[in-house]
Amino acid sequence: MPDRQFGFSTRAIHAGTPPDPQTGSRAAPIYQTAAYVFGSTAQAAELFQLRGYGHIYSRISNPTVAAFEERIANLEGGLGAVAFASGLAAQLCLVLSLAQSGDHIVSSENVYGGTVTQFGVTLKRLGIDVTFVPVDDHDAIRAAIGPRTKMLFAETIGNPSGTIADLERLAQIAHDAGVPLAIDNTFASPYLCRPIEHGADLVVHSATKFLSGHGTLVGGVLVESGTFPWGNGRFPMLSEASPGYHGKIFTETFGEYAFLMRARAEVLRDVGAVLSPMDAWLLLLGLETLPVRMQAHARNAREVARFLNARSEVEWVRYPGFEDNPQRALVEKYLPHGAGSIFTFGIRGGREAGRRFIDALDLWSHVANVGDTKSLVIHPASTTHAQLTDEEMLKAGVAPESIRLSVGLEDVEDLIWDLERALR
Amino acid sequence: MILDTASQLRALLEAAQSVAVVGASANELRPSYTVFSYLRTKGRYDVTPINPTIAEIDGVKVFPSLTAYAAERGAPDIVDVFRKPSEVVEVVTEAIAVGAKAIWLQYGVINDDAIRLAIEAGLSVVVDRCLKVESARLDGGLSTSGLNSGSITSRRRKL
Repeated sequence: MPDRQFGFSTRAIHAGTPPDPQTGSRAAPIYQTAAYVFGSTAQAAELFQLRGYGHIYSRISNPTVAAFEERIANLEGGLGAVAFASGLAAQLCLVLSLAQSGDHIVSSENVYGGTVTQFGVTLKRLGIDVTFVPVDDHDAIRAAIGPRTKMLFAETIGNPSGTIADLERLAQIAHDAGVPLAIDNTFASPYLCRPIEHGADLVVHSATKFLSGHGTLVGGVLVESGTFPWGNGRFPMLSEASPGYHGKIFTETFGEYAFLMRARAEVLRDVGAVLSPMDAWLLLLGLETLPVRMQAHARNAREVARFLNARSEVEWVRYPGFEDNPQRALVEKYLPHGAGSIFTFGIRGGREAGRRFIDALDLWSHVANVGDTKSLVIHPASTTHAQLTDEEMLKAGVAPESIRLSVGLEDVEDLIWDLERALR
Repeated sequence: MILDTASQLRALLEAAQSVAVVGASANELRPSYTVFSYLRTKGRYDVTPINPTIAEIDGVKVFPSLTAYAAERGAPDIVDVFRKPSEVVEVVTEAIAVGAKAIWLQYGVINDDAIRLAIEAGLSVVVDRCLKVESARLDGGLSTSGLNSGSITSRRRKL
């Protein structure tokens, strides 16, 4: 289709943001508006019937948000994207786009603690059942998929365990059963891994992290490949007359765009968890430097991991980029440009030593976030994963002595200086 | 020839004035109605439905055949086809006879014999694409919905 296949860095800067046709503004304008004046009643009707393109109300779409959506869709190699107020909002709407009461999803157990509670508590209350399985136990995953299963879900790089999902195997298992594979690609970002290229059908992000890159906002996004056969009989919400859109059959009217149109026109419309134009603009700005940031993040992380690995105060370092990592083959296959910058290590002396270490740090910020230019540190067992039972915590790869690092872009010598002080 | 790159599709859509939608339906849920209504509301083209079973759609006169259309309006620039693949040879033969410039085969409307006939007769052919989607890719419509237009440019689009 394109006359030229532009490179990733070019697309990270340009996709979704041609010059503003009204003013010529080279930077993307921030369309800070709730609603849009219709050209005529006929045009308004076309928009409401989903036949025309244009904006109605910013709970459904907004030009600045759309620019961000197009850019991330382009970078992930997707057909399109829908942005949300947070990563968890994107993930909830992903499930609501596919499943209803009585349905079932299968999820990797090596995932963010907030995902475990969203799926295992909140969705269960709504009647959507979930089975958690180890992401590398492919037989268990296959066995967990039943007739009402609507999705297989995993994280590219598990938070915080660092477990790498074998995307191509998972896609094969899901597709053999007629189920889409949804991947949370937050820890890799599309610069390090593009799950759709490995068979995933849906990708979600907490855009708060590397996409923003600067810890300045909370946002999320859902990308779809446009290649999953939604008319295979398993997804009546898409392939049968929709009561939410006066009898429209999304697969018939929209073809490959069926999922994305419904995710926006029904799910986002009814849930209302929109990204703000200002935050979309910050994300557009952040994405321009994603390639250079991710290279530098990965480089600094490797140095910090090597430093920690050589220290006697450190019991273990679970950094996916090490040569002797048991998942080395998966890292080489799916993360050839670096294993990200978030990993855990265990400090000798357990929980108490972990607390002392974090309190002694000066340059590293103690926060519940990752993927910032600033280096971040947290003790998952007492914070991000505190809502989990001990058993769930161990399954998610969180030991009491685990400390999670998100290595930022400061001079690596300064980062190591601070770690060394705090370890002593 | 088959048109498949962004610049080829742009050239076709920018040069065209008239579009005949073969198989246009009056049923608002059908893709053929969606494309007809979209192009008509856009106002950029002279859009005419072709369908022997109905007389009008939204007040627009429907012609029973391309031949009947051409007798009154002349050759259409683009013949947009919503028909079963097995019926496309017939449509293409008629389009060639009336002097149409391009054949546009919508999603799934694929017939190798028909494509070959059109190419041999010197027509431009677009295969397995949606006229609405490609039109919206060029005018920024796809981008308003967060869809990946694949477009990268620092030129200012004409309004």
